Amino acid sequence: MTRLTIEDLLKIKEKHQAEFNLREGGYRAKVTVHMGTCGIAAGARAVMTALMDEISNAGIKDVIVTTSGCAGLCAREPMATVEIINQPPVKYCDLNEEQIKQIFKEHIMAGTPVEKYVLVAGCETTY
Amino acid sequence: MRYKRDERYKRNERYNAINAMNNFRANIMLCAGTGCVASGATNVKSVLEDELKKKGLEDEIKVVLTGCNGYCAKGPVMSVYPDDIFYQSVTTEEIPKLVEEHFLKGRPYEKLMFKEPEKKSAVPLMKDIPFFKYQVLRVLRNKGLIDPEKIEEYIARDGYQAAAKALTQMTPEDVINVIKDSGIRGRGGAGFPTGMKWEFCSKVRSDVKFMLCNGDEGDPGAFMDRSVMEADPHAVIEGMIIGARAIGSHNGYIYVRAEYPLAVKRLQLAIDQCYEAGLLGKNIFDSGFDFDLEIYQGAGAFVCGEETALMRSIEGKRGMPRPRPPFPAHKGLWDKPSVLNNVETLAQIPLIIMNGADWYKSLGTEKSTGTKVFALTGAVNNIGLIEVPMGTPLKTIIFDIGGGIKKGRKFKAVQMGGPSGGCIPESLIDIPVTYEDVVKTGAIMGSGGMVVMDDNNCMVSTAKFFLEFTADESCGKCVPCRVGTRILLDMLIDITEGRGKESDIEPLEDLGRDIIAASLCGLGQTAPNPILTTIRYFKDEYESHIKDKWCKAGVCRSLCTFMIDEKTCTGCGACMRACPAKAITGEKKKPHNIMQEVCVRCRSCYETCKFNSIRILPASAREKVIW
Repeated sequence: MTRLTIEDLLKIKEKHQAEFNLREGGYRAKVTVHMGTCGIAAGARAVMTALMDEISNAGIKDVIVTTSGCAGLCAREPMATVEIINQPPVKYCDLNEEQIKQIFKEHIMAGTPVEKYVLVAGCETTY
Repeated sequence: MRYKRDERYKRNERYNAINAMNNFRANIMLCAGTGCVASGATNVKSVLEDELKKKGLEDEIKVVLTGCNGYCAKGPVMSVYPDDIFYQSVTTEEIPKLVEEHFLKGRPYEKLMFKEPEKKSAVPLMKDIPFFKYQVLRVLRNKGLIDPEKIEEYIARDGYQAAAKALTQMTPEDVINVIKDSGIRGRGGAGFPTGMKWEFCSKVRSDVKFMLCNGDEGDPGAFMDRSVMEADPHAVIEGMIIGARAIGSHNGYIYVRAEYPLAVKRLQLAIDQCYEAGLLGKNIFDSGFDFDLEIYQGAGAFVCGEETALMRSIEGKRGMPRPRPPFPAHKGLWDKPSVLNNVETLAQIPLIIMNGADWYKSLGTEKSTGTKVFALTGAVNNIGLIEVPMGTPLKTIIFDIGGGIKKGRKFKAVQMGGPSGGCIPESLIDIPVTYEDVVKTGAIMGSGGMVVMDDNNCMVSTAKFFLEFTADESCGKCVPCRVGTRILLDMLIDITEGRGKESDIEPLEDLGRDIIAASLCGLGQTAPNPILTTIRYFKDEYESHIKDKWCKAGVCRSLCTFMIDEKTCTGCGACMRACPAKAITGEKKKPHNIMQEVCVRCRSCYETCKFNSIRILPASAREKVIW
């Protein structure tokens, strides 16, 4: 490590921000991928991996991904719930990798829910 | 430290991400403090990592080793973020199931969650567990949140920004004024205002001054400083850099006892990292300020926690105190002006510089500001390390955070301040914990040991225990302490073994007061406190030991008789199996009997009996039974 300047301190802090958002709860949006047996069987793992790659490629640090059990509507899995802080949560269903990427770009980043994949909005806030 | 939602939002606006790095979906913060390592955290880590790899989760879930989480009673403990789920008593056998359930399927694993003592239902969220709920974390702000062996993680939590501010934007007077204004008092026990200490030293002219850190934590049962040094070593170093700047010192020592190997290791690692990053050494932050820091390992003498003895010890001499004045601010280590601060004090300094005196004062009372860390142990359900605002009632600490007394027994007293402190009885349990209020009871705040006692504890024995410690640790330099503590101890031994006289109590008190008045250093000046407070609040126990030869708690073996109450004994045989001396006889389902000539009075039957059928009677009851 070279000698640190005061600016370096801030740079290091920024570099680790994503990790500490995860630990401290300082995030802007939370995506829950429903990973019950039904979800996993329907391909939820691939959906989640695609989403995490997308977040990582975009270098986003204030969006966290978490998993939960079956959302109760096994027929429409894989499902994911997108919660942007201070906005009603939105549940998506019948997802695949391409769709979650689109949701990431349009909903999580730009703020407009992708209506054609939406199952329901406005219930079950979890943060 | 948790943020309110809108604050979080602002934070994120500020730090909207630019450079990408590998994003983990979850972090497992596994406690690797001494307590958890002792209960198997190292094995848990390797099994956990293997299991994550087996399930293909190693790129999604990160395992981070942290310093002490505080909840040592239930180690190994871990918390999972972002879910904020807390797991306790994690064993290697449970890990495959835990990984499958929580990390693969996303269902938090109930079996390892915290359960409230009275209820069976699991409490998943860390913030809902009473042990954590009432705490306010400042000193322990990074506990369980960072990897103490990585300087980057400390920096990511605003680390070294306070040092940068103090070195480049503030004059030494500015720093001293902020610290004085914050009202922070030394956390080593005596509570001397830190800002004043720094000011005295800064005004002395000398080319060489020393900035010292006291990590010689010697009170039996106390482990606050160890945990801070293990969990957040950089906070201590940063505090020392700021202190050095304030007093104009360029050399420092951290005095740590050699019995704290993990603390020594992590501090040394942190110091090495600082040198490499230019945070120690020459011209820190290009401010022209130099500071060199090294560790000095003490050999574990209790008296070396006293400031003048500690300095003699660093000089390589036998650790013994010397009369003051001259005070260390004028003539300290190698007769140069020196400041010695406690670990916990130093760890808070960066926060005060960053957030200002008013922020610091916002917690606590007028004369005791900020928070205090306590090592809560003894007869409470939740043993561990806690941090609460000054002024928190003793009752909240014991019954809400501590979860009340084990096995629903009756609270009797709490011992504060270790061998220098005293016992606070139940009648005073509503007092707020501040320097002033605790001193009024005859105990002292001390470094923060808090030993809770229930009705199974004998107060005379408790006083004897602490006197054994101080008589043993007395360095022998001054007569009042060397001879006085020995006489006090002998008198207590006589009382607990049935040789006490009715005229003994008054001389105990007189001699105690004389030792306090005449001793050279803090060790002798506080050593009689355990006796004085127990006489003050539990005189009846001393009297029953002396007059009735009866230790009602059944602790002093010469002064009690264990007998079985025939009316309530169910004849279950549990006591018979527990008795190591085979002194209990009886047929199944019929009342049992203790053979007094065989009984060693170890209390095993008393602890085992589920029906409260074991009675503790005076020693005289024995003879009546045998003959």
